[in-house]
Parts: sequence; C-alpha cells; structure tokens
Amino acid sequence: MSVPASDPIASAALPAGTAAPRGAGVFRQIARDPMGLLGLTLATLLVVTGLFADWLAPYDPIGIDVRNRFADPSWAHPLGTDNLGRDLLSRVIAGSQIALIVAFCTTFLAMIGGLVLGLIAGYGPRWLDNTLLLLFDSIYSFPYIMLALAVITLFGSSFFIVILVIAVTTLPAYARLVRTSTLGIKNSEFVLAERSLGARAPRILFRHIMPNILGPLLIIVSMDIPVVITVEAGLSFLGLGVPPPAPSWGRILNEGYSFIRQSYWIVIAGGLPLILATLGFTFLGESLRDIFDPKLRKRG
Amino acid sequence: MLIYALQRIGLAMLICVVAMTVLFSIAYVIPGDPASITLGPRATPEMREALRERMGLDQPLPIQLVNFFGNVLTGDLGVDVWSKRPVTTIVFDALPYTLALAAAGLGWAILLGIPLGCYSAIRRNTLIDKLTGVISVGAISVPSFVVAIYGILIFAVGLRWLPALGAGAEGDLLDQLWHLILPAFAIGLGWVGYLARLVRASMLEVMSENHVRTARAFGLPERMIVFRYALRIAVLPTVTLLGIAYGGLLSNAVFVEFVFNRPGIGQLAVAAVNTRNYPVMMGATLTTVFLFAICTMIADLIVALLDPRVRASL
Amino acid sequence: MAAVHPVIAPEARADAVLDVRDLSIDFATPRGPVHALREVNLTVPRGSVVGVVGESGSGKTTLISAAMRLLPDNAELRGGAVLFEGEDVLRMSPQALRNLRGQRISMVFQDPMTALNPVLSIGQQMVDIQYRDRGLGRAAKKRKAAELLRRVGIPDPMQRLGNYPHEFSGGMRQRIAIAMALLGNPELLIADEPTTALDVTMEAQIIHLLRELQQDYQSSILFISHNLGLIAELCDYVVILYAGTVVEQGTVRDVFHRPQHPYTEALLVCDPALLQDVTRELPTIPGDVPDLVNLPRGCIFAERCPRVFERCRAEDPATRWVSAGHAARCHLASPLERS
Repeated sequence: MSVPASDPIASAALPAGTAAPRGAGVFRQIARDPMGLLGLTLATLLVVTGLFADWLAPYDPIGIDVRNRFADPSWAHPLGTDNLGRDLLSRVIAGSQIALIVAFCTTFLAMIGGLVLGLIAGYGPRWLDNTLLLLFDSIYSFPYIMLALAVITLFGSSFFIVILVIAVTTLPAYARLVRTSTLGIKNSEFVLAERSLGARAPRILFRHIMPNILGPLLIIVSMDIPVVITVEAGLSFLGLGVPPPAPSWGRILNEGYSFIRQSYWIVIAGGLPLILATLGFTFLGESLRDIFDPKLRKRG
Repeated sequence: MLIYALQRIGLAMLICVVAMTVLFSIAYVIPGDPASITLGPRATPEMREALRERMGLDQPLPIQLVNFFGNVLTGDLGVDVWSKRPVTTIVFDALPYTLALAAAGLGWAILLGIPLGCYSAIRRNTLIDKLTGVISVGAISVPSFVVAIYGILIFAVGLRWLPALGAGAEGDLLDQLWHLILPAFAIGLGWVGYLARLVRASMLEVMSENHVRTARAFGLPERMIVFRYALRIAVLPTVTLLGIAYGGLLSNAVFVEFVFNRPGIGQLAVAAVNTRNYPVMMGATLTTVFLFAICTMIADLIVALLDPRVRASL
Repeated sequence: MAAVHPVIAPEARADAVLDVRDLSIDFATPRGPVHALREVNLTVPRGSVVGVVGESGSGKTTLISAAMRLLPDNAELRGGAVLFEGEDVLRMSPQALRNLRGQRISMVFQDPMTALNPVLSIGQQMVDIQYRDRGLGRAAKKRKAAELLRRVGIPDPMQRLGNYPHEFSGGMRQRIAIAMALLGNPELLIADEPTTALDVTMEAQIIHLLRELQQDYQSSILFISHNLGLIAELCDYVVILYAGTVVEQGTVRDVFHRPQHPYTEALLVCDPALLQDVTRELPTIPGDVPDLVNLPRGCIFAERCPRVFERCRAEDPATRWVSAGHAARCHLASPLERS
C-alpha cells in the first residue's frame, strides 16, 4: 500500500543542482521583485525587532499599570495599553521575539527530523519505507490543530511542547520531499555507477544525496516559517500556546478579543504584526523559491 | 470503477485504523495516564483508581487496544467525564455545525477561486492577473482567526451589519445563515487565494499541452477549449488537493468556531482541552480523522469520475 | 535581397493552395530576437504533396505554426505573407481564421500520445470538431465520425467512439488524428512529423494511408519530416530548410538526384541507402547550426560547408534557378540556361 493521493509537496521534489545565484546576487535579485523587496524588508524588520526586543521595548512588556488601562494610542503609548495597562507596543515587540524563537526552533527541528526520516525511508529497506510512509500519512491525516490539542490535553502546555507539536505536524511534509528526491537520486546513473565502484551508503548519502536535497528542502522549510508563526499564534490565541504572561501575539489577540467592544486597539495591535510577519516571510519565501528553483513554482 | 471505489474505501479504512492506533499510543503508551490528567493534581488516589477502572485503564494494554477499537466500531466513544453524556451524542450534535461551516467556507472559495484562477491563466500577465496573484498570496498567509477577529471588528462591532457571536436561533434557518456569513468568510478567504493560484498554475500547464494546440488547430471556439478541453483537466489536482487539505480547513474551523463562539467540533475540542475532558477530546479528534478519510476518498472518487485515465489504471 | 522568388514552377504558383512569401519570423528571447525564419518561400500546388526537410531547430515547426497562425506569444512577424487560396492567414480576422482551421486546413501532429484530449472520448472530440455544422444532429455527427474512422482503418468504429485516447495504441491514435483532420474535408492537410513517434511498421502503414487518402480526397499535403526516405516515398516536391532559410527546393526527383546545395548533398551523401531504406535520424554533418540570434555574415551554411570559398563568407547567396522548378541558395548552383 502506498500513498493515498498525490502529495503536492513530495511531488515537487526534483534532482536539484541547478546553478543558483549566490551571496549578494540573491539580494539583488530579490530587490528586483517588488514583492520580494517588501518581503525582505518586513522579514528583516521582524528579525531585528526580535533580536533587540529588550532594548527596543519602551516599557516592560509584562509590567502592569492599572491606572492606565485601555489607553488609546498616544505619544506615551503608540499602540495604546491593554486591560491591565500594559504597553501594547512593548508587548508586540516582545512578541516578535517569541514568534521568531518558535519559528526557528520548530522549523530547524522539523527539518532535521524530516531529513533523517526521509533519508531512512528513501534509502532504507522497502518495508521500512512503507511503514514510515504510512506513519507520515496518518500524521498528515490529523488536522494539525487537533493533534496539537490532543497532545496539549495530555501534557499541558509549555514552550517546549508547543515547539514539539508544531515540529511533529510539519515534519511529514519534509520527510516526504526528502524521501522522493532520495529515491530519485538513489537510482540515478551517477549514483549507480558510484555504487558499482563500491562506495558505501554514508558516502553516497553525504556526498550525493544530501547536497541535492538540501536546496529544495530549505526552500520549502523557509516557506513554512509564516505557517509556523501562525500556528503558534493560533495556539496562544486559543489560550493553549506559550503560557502567560509571555506576550505572544496570539495571546495579545486572545486577551484583546475579550475587550473588543471596549477597546479595539488591542486586537489591532495583536493582529497587525502577525499579518505583517506572515506576509513578509511569505513574499520573501516565494521570491527565494522563484530565484533558486522556479520548477517548484508549479505546486500551489 | 467499482473495484477502484472498493479499493479506495479499503484505503480510507486503513488510514482510520492507523490514525486510531497513533491516537491510542499517544494516549495510553506514553507515561501519564488519561485518568490522572483528567482529574488534575488535586485528585485523591481513590478517585483516580475509580476513574481508571471506569475507563478500563486497569487492564493490560492489548486488551485496552482491542476494547478501544471495539468501542469505536460500535459507535461508543466513551462518556463525557463531567456531564456523563455519551461522547458520540455530543460529537454528533456538534458535527452539523462544523460541516455547514466548512461547506459554506469552501463553497464560496470554490465559486470565487476557481473562476479567478482560470481568468488569471487566460489573461496572463494582465493587471488583473498580477493583482490576483499578490492578493492571493496575501489571503493565504493571513491567519483565519485574524480575519475572523478583524471581520467582527469591522462588520459586527463597527458597522453593526452582521451578528458577531453564535450560530443563530435553532430552527430559524434564515438566522442561522445570517450568522454563517462572517465565519464562512473568515474560513474561506485563504482558500480563495489558494484555489486561484492552484487553478491558475495548472490551467497554464494544461493550456500549453499538445492537445490544446490540437483543439486550436481545429478552430474550436476559445470558450469550448477553455471550459471543456482545459479546465476539466486543470481542476483535477485541485480536487485531489481539496481532499487532502481538508485538515487545514478543519483547523481553521477550530479557530473560527472559537472566535465566533459557534458550536462545533472545534469548539468542543478547545473546551475539552481546557477542562481536560479526555474522552471528548479523543472523540472529537477521531471524528475529524474519519472525516478526513471520507473526504480524501470522495475527492479521489471524483477525480476518477472526471479522469478516464485514473479509471483505466486500475 | 532575394529578388527572384523561388517558385516550384510559375504556372504551379498560380494555382497554389498554400503560398508562403518572404516569410520572416522572430522570437523574442532574453538574449535578443531569434531570427527563426528568414525570407522563406514555399508553394503547395493543388493536389500535390510537398515535403519539408530540416533538422530540429531549422524552423519547420515555426513554418507550419505560421501556416495556421498557431504561433506562440513571443513570435513576431517581420515580414512576408502566408497566402491560403489567395488570402493572407497572418492578417485574417479571428473569425475567418477559426473558419479556416480544421475546415479548410487541418493538421496532424507529431505525437499522437499527447495530441488528443485525454479526458474526452474520441467520439466527443470528433463531434466537437463538427461544431460548425448546426444542421447536423449529434447522432449524424457521430455517424460521420465513425465513417471516417472506418476509412482510416479503425475496426468497430461506432463502438470505439466511446473510448478514450489512452485506450488506443500509438498507431491507432495517429489514424484517429488523421480521421479528425479529414472531418472538415480540408483543401490542405499539414502533417507534422506524423510518424516520428511510431515504430517502423506503423510508420509504413501511416504513410501508405496518407498516400491513399490524398488520392481519394484530392487534397494537398504539406508533410514535415526529418526523414528523407519518407519524403522520397510520399512527396512530389521537397523543400530543404536549414537554420531558418530554404536552401533548396524542387521536385523530389530533381533535388534528390541532382542536389545543388552542399547541405542537401551532405544529407544525401551521408546516407547512401537513403532511397531504398527508411532512415530514422539525419546523418551527421560536422559543425554546429549557427546561432540564430547573431547571424553570421554571408552564407548561413558557410561554417559547415565543405566547398566554402571567400565569397560565401562575405555575401549571402541569392536563390538561383537551376532548372525549371528547381532552385538553390548557393553561389555554386549552376544557373538555369537562358534560352
């Protein structure tokens, strides 16, 4: 029994090795595309904000100031304050840090996991491949949020659980991509020739398969960054993500939503950075993909 | 076709079985058993023991697994820990709301997204095509709960055109439809962009295929070429994808139901997590997995119906 | 430049079905315009079969695409005309063009595996082609389709109308494609390497069928191939295309027995068994096809020509008459003796 239906990501796998632009050339090419430039700007803005959040935030993001509850935007509080009088700009800035940490930890974890499992499935024996495929497909068959909710019911919520859950749900897509390209390269003539000369599996895996897979994988992974940011914010919005008082954007939205009739500034402050971040990383990812691997474009 | 349908049903059942096993192992094999989790840290050992017994957790693992499968097969998803109502009833009460939401969201997305993608492909590189492209990406990347909240902010709180919360009065179809507009908008917006892009891409691919050139060479009207000769093939990957991507749709439904405080599977699951109501959580999750299996199956059957090549390969 | 029109015969030209005059087409590419066709002249006299020979990249496909105005978006007409029954295809209204396609000019494509729509039954496709016939009911259209399928050798045609393309073999599909092309009873049939994708026995059958049909229907055929054997077998006239220009044309007899252009000679010399045997590939000629973005000065074939001399690199040869109906674009071609 194999795959139930064609997988859009896995079928995008291709023998890479197309000459890709390097270094400064990439930036120049991104800048040529207005959407790419916008994406790069927004993404850079987010990364810089996240890195220097502690210096940039004008107030303590979790400092309560009850006399200043539901303040409208002013010079003192450019985005206003929330129901506990906390400065929303500071919370949004601190939130970017959380979004970034979760995004990078998760995608890194999922990428490593997907790479390892995909290589095993693609290079290992047939039965192992089939077992892993079935496992990937069954994870795929859970709406990611339901799986996350089930796990959180069991283990409670923590920073680590959130990262783990998102990584596990995104991992099958990567593993499938890696598996498909591994299968393709494994049976390509140059690898068969090398094997007939007595090369061992590690040499083939690291010299031939990895370099060919890494490109497309990195593109897909980078395109998932906005998705991961969204999932984390979503879980926090449901009150099940990164525990309070950490000012995740989702939590700002959650708290602001309860007071939407009193002060609409809170949800605007919580939603806007989320929109800008996902848009930014999406445009950047698309631009990168078009530059490095136009063939991936066909899919979705 | 019949054999194919049977094969596809078999595969759907296999997916269900594997998913159930995965769920079972998450719940029962990993340390920390559902009884203590449900009751929380303040429960006494006796309470825990009693609940363990009631949930059948005191029996050996293989028997638990068999019981689990047996119960699910007979439609018994356990009992709500708090209200003592059967989980099956609770789930089936909530299900229609979620199905209606998903259908409405996907419905308007299909009605708008497919023609938009088709138009973009035919009028490639025009202003409308480029605009559609950028807006599509935007629509895909903005989270559905942000759309939902901003939608409420604008249309319910600000303009007061549409109701913000609930699913409408029971029995009043018009009111229920009225309450469905904003949630369906929020859940479908991303899909409009997604479908538009997908259809555009596959339409461009199909329009460059040899058989379309043949149709042109025979002077067939452009309308016939686009709709009968090209679109029919171009929607095939879309149909398959709709089946698979149902998971994403249901995930969005969770958020949207939460935002609009609508009854439904998602609302049920979120509430269950918050009250650590393990059987309800399990029931809701299993239901979504069954739905997934059914949806992918239907999608594949539709593809087989539309594409004689798939039928022939079996 | 080419002041003399290379016509197959002046009297034939007057009654030509298709008359391509000084056709030049560029393709816009990032590197600059590719001069895909340059001053191509070609005539298909009524009731005759004209073969076009050329390597891949010689402009064969561009030529036939232009004949039906199926050119890709980046194509640019630099000059010339494609006259079908005296009317310029390249300047027709879209309406007139649609009435032309499939009715008066039909085409059989190279790859029968991809040329038919995979999700529609062939009956449906053949009915669709007759969409103009409003007077005819669906059943009548089906009967007409079945009749043609029988004519091209499909057994049980009425039953097989409900089948899909993938349910036929490659040879069968090409027969179906030919039947489709004949539905409109066209004056001109363009066959674009119709047998390249088939095996040798199929190829022979298809060629035989084309010959037969041509006699039955009295239509003209423009036959594209890189297979000299097929051209010799099927065609009355032959046009040799090299890098976007016609280097030689004439009757099959003249061109194959007394080739005047070194390129034609090379094609023939490389393959001594040519006239008896069916060749699959063009013989190799040393050197590369010139870059069509930066055209060389002088003769286009100079770089690869075994008989190149100074003048070739400096001056592009004009088309010269060798005998009645036989012309070559070479400085060495011995001109027609004037009486």
